Amino acid sequence: MPHPQQQAVLTAAGIHKRFGALVVLDAVDFAMAADEAVGIVGPNGAGKTTLLSVLSGAFPPTAGTVSFKGGDVTSLPATQRCRLGLVRTHQVPKPFSGMTTFENVFVAASHGAGLGRDEAYEEALGSLKLCGMLGVANRRAETLGLLDRKRLELARALAARPTLLLLDEIGGGLTDGEAGELVGTIKELRRRKIGIVWIEHIVHILLQVAERLICMDAGKIIADGEPQAVMADPEVVRAYLGGGPK
Amino acid sequence: MSAASTSPIIERGTTTSRIAAIAVAVIIALLAIAPQFLSAGAVDRMTALFIYVILAAMWNALAGFGGLVSVGQQVFFGLGAYFAIRLADTGLNPFASLFVAAIIVGVVSWPLSLFMLRLRNGEFAIGMWVIAALTHLLVNLDRLVQGETGTSLISLNVYDAGTRRVAIYWLALGSMTALLAILFGLLRGSTGAAIRAIRDNEDAAASVGVRVTGTKRLLFVLAAFGIGVAGALWLATSITFQPKTYFNVQWTAYMIFMVLVGGIGTFEGAILGALVFFLIETWFGGTGVWYLVSLGATAVLFSLFLPRGLWGTIEERFGLRLLPVGYRVILPGHAPADDGTAPSPEQTPLDQEKA
Repeated sequence: MPHPQQQAVLTAAGIHKRFGALVVLDAVDFAMAADEAVGIVGPNGAGKTTLLSVLSGAFPPTAGTVSFKGGDVTSLPATQRCRLGLVRTHQVPKPFSGMTTFENVFVAASHGAGLGRDEAYEEALGSLKLCGMLGVANRRAETLGLLDRKRLELARALAARPTLLLLDEIGGGLTDGEAGELVGTIKELRRRKIGIVWIEHIVHILLQVAERLICMDAGKIIADGEPQAVMADPEVVRAYLGGGPK
Repeated sequence: MSAASTSPIIERGTTTSRIAAIAVAVIIALLAIAPQFLSAGAVDRMTALFIYVILAAMWNALAGFGGLVSVGQQVFFGLGAYFAIRLADTGLNPFASLFVAAIIVGVVSWPLSLFMLRLRNGEFAIGMWVIAALTHLLVNLDRLVQGETGTSLISLNVYDAGTRRVAIYWLALGSMTALLAILFGLLRGSTGAAIRAIRDNEDAAASVGVRVTGTKRLLFVLAAFGIGVAGALWLATSITFQPKTYFNVQWTAYMIFMVLVGGIGTFEGAILGALVFFLIETWFGGTGVWYLVSLGATAVLFSLFLPRGLWGTIEERFGLRLLPVGYRVILPGHAPADDGTAPSPEQTPLDQEKA
């Protein structure tokens, strides 16, 4: 739950998502304040990425509403939500492969943040610098390795000037050292007061940033609160270790 | 910028590209006075070349930059000619008809885009062909056209042959120049970056704030308009209108040939491809079936040995960019031509830019 004294910037109420007969999200309620850093964990197939997609507008929920900054955004497509400041990254990086690293980020600064040319240049260069990508600014994105693709996802999302950043397994597939670098960048975003929702399997890097942890299992939120308490929750332990049906 | 020495700069053109821009202006000026020195036949051939350049540039913008591969672009070519016939029949000046017709083609393509752009990839490509075939049949129903017998832009005959030839030459040259300038401006601007982003990943483009559908629609309508201009100009040069000639899929095949040979997704490539096509047609066009054989052979050779086309290969080998639409970051303390910050075994930084 969000801190009671704070205004929720993002609220999802009664979210259901069905793909045919498969129920992926089952009555999920979620709310967070603008300056929170929320981690989401859960076994594969728990519905974490689907929740992120519903929040970011990649597809609509089967039922339920999503509000952002006080307005109902349930029917708004991803483009509009991004322009409002709700920006996501993708689990499997989706670079604009025929464009350079700089151009990838420039698109976000120019369209997502709606900046004029010079401001967009500055924003794009700033994001690249923050993510340590200036050195590969002129490389075509298809030539980048996994770490740089992950960084590019982050740099591109940042250039859209998010209020709230939704990160989908940004550390997945990276070595500890590489993931550690990304954590450094994400901590810097926290200093800039950007709110974060972060799905991650690598819990120890997640806990360096997350002040609140949510655990999902089988399309439901089964625990939500202070990270250590959530990790110690018997339900969470059962979900991870496969304690069988409750 | 005063901070240029400490912060990176964005470079849009190079010395070479600035020289190229001047060269382009000189070439266009020379072309404008060329009819005085060319034979009647050569003027007609040059007019055809300008029309080919328009076709190639439009298909390249749509497919090479926007990722919208269509094999039905002949629908706009045919409609451009058809609307010109129709408008001239109402008594409108035949030259004015050509351009009003192209505008109507653009207007018609708007509602068409509403459902065609919902289709993806192969569905869109073939769907456009279906639209072209269907439109061909509908145009045949018009009594003015008299089915496949066709009709002519008779009102153009009030001008004597010499005046007409040069007027159409200038119109084609002017149209080509204007359309290329519009395309270049569009692709070089922030909309151009959005267009390429959509081509590379539509979902990711939406997730960083790109208006995907609106941007695709803009490109689709512009390409329709441009090809409509080409169709109307072709009518003006050949006078006769037979639906099966104009709505023939060969027009799109030519566009694809020119773009693939020239270098898909590069602005210079489409122009170069049109020139290559024009030369093959000029040299082998009279040889009947061998002309088609040489076209086919060229296409096969290119797809085998130069998949990026002529310009794509030149760009990759020599880092040459004459009409660049992309962006390059120059880090402080590095020379523009070689920023050396991204050592990559297979490519140098200059070569990375596709567009």
